[in-house]
Amino acid sequence: MDALKKELKESIIEQLNLEDFTVEDIADDDTLFGDGLGLDSIDALELIVMLDKDYGIKLTDPNEGKAVFVSVEVLATYISKHRTK
Amino acid sequence: MKPCYINSAVSISAQDTLDNSSFLENTISFERKLAKAIHPNYRSFISPIASRRMATGVKMGIAAAKKALALAELETPDAIITGTGIGCIEDSEKFLNAILDNDEEFLTPTSFIQSTHNTVGAQIALTLKCKGYNVTYVQGAASFESAVLDGQLLLHENEAKTVLVGGTDELGKYLINDIILAEAAKKQPITTPFGEGAHFFSLSQSKQNNSFAAIKGLKIFNKTTPETIKTKVEDFLKEYALTTEDIDAIVLGKNGDAFDELYQTLQDSSFKSTPQLHYKHLCGEFFTASAFGFWTATNIIKQNHIPEVLKLNTINKSSYKNILLYNQLKGHQHSFTLLTSC
Repeated sequence: MDALKKELKESIIEQLNLEDFTVEDIADDDTLFGDGLGLDSIDALELIVMLDKDYGIKLTDPNEGKAVFVSVEVLATYISKHRTK
Repeated sequence: MKPCYINSAVSISAQDTLDNSSFLENTISFERKLAKAIHPNYRSFISPIASRRMATGVKMGIAAAKKALALAELETPDAIITGTGIGCIEDSEKFLNAILDNDEEFLTPTSFIQSTHNTVGAQIALTLKCKGYNVTYVQGAASFESAVLDGQLLLHENEAKTVLVGGTDELGKYLINDIILAEAAKKQPITTPFGEGAHFFSLSQSKQNNSFAAIKGLKIFNKTTPETIKTKVEDFLKEYALTTEDIDAIVLGKNGDAFDELYQTLQDSSFKSTPQLHYKHLCGEFFTASAFGFWTATNIIKQNHIPEVLKLNTINKSSYKNILLYNQLKGHQHSFTLLTSC
């Protein structure tokens, strides 16, 4: 699980061009949207594509997305349960 | 058309031009095929949150635009008009490569959103919260001049009192290599490097305390020949009651290719006794490189001085009141721009 969390943090930094962040700057329970990392709706789309491409998970329900993208911790748990690749 | 006044001129180019303290004093010469822009610290102009999705051209454009407004002591212009030949090629390449790499699947939105030609103008407006007229011109080597012409028309028709006009183009990473290869295969290829840059100017309808030059006339035409160029330029000047003898310097967009014959014709005839200048060896060739020429001309008028590195001949004048710019690319998209002191 720790390896997956680290991989997710690296992907988030790279995909979302968070140039000022390092893996160490993102805590497992940091909120991704709003006050935490301050991600926005375009980032949400990028994360949805990342889940599909890297883990074979297709998110179609917007409410599900809201729950999944709360933090790296929540996202990693969701991926480990639903990944197809 | 009434003249419009230039209140600031800002350049981000392959030379150290953003810093206003010197005017092409210590220039860089390029032996390589690319003349990449010298980038400022963009954090001084754009917040990291906003800049994280921006490609080179967008960042250069916003920085140059913001500095042009600051120098003109203008918070929000009535209009923002941008010229670009190739738009946001970095993001276009990223998006198109993603289509190929991922077999047309898993396409992310960011590079697609940012890849359109009007991204720079739009991002400048978003940064300034400017809801005024906002247009981007994509007209090859006459993109910048098209933007200036539109700005001039808006001011002339009293539809705006202040206009921010500029030109911006970025090198990108892939297409430029194909362009270099295609150019190298030509009999007489472009010999200047290929470059990139962003140039913005604040224009106003009326003369202000900080106005230092004026745009007297501008003409864009698509085709001409070495046989007719002399008449074309004379007819253009006649519209402003000037002759070639009234021109204190001519700024030519020479890039070393076969079409330099057009410039040479003017150098050897109408402007034989006029200070002749070139600039693309400094900034490189790109669709809005003529904006660098425009920037040099405004600085010559402001400082009444021509840096040695621009000179094609040894003729000097005691003052530089009227400067004519002539640019074309591959025998197309010709433009004459007439600047004057004010």
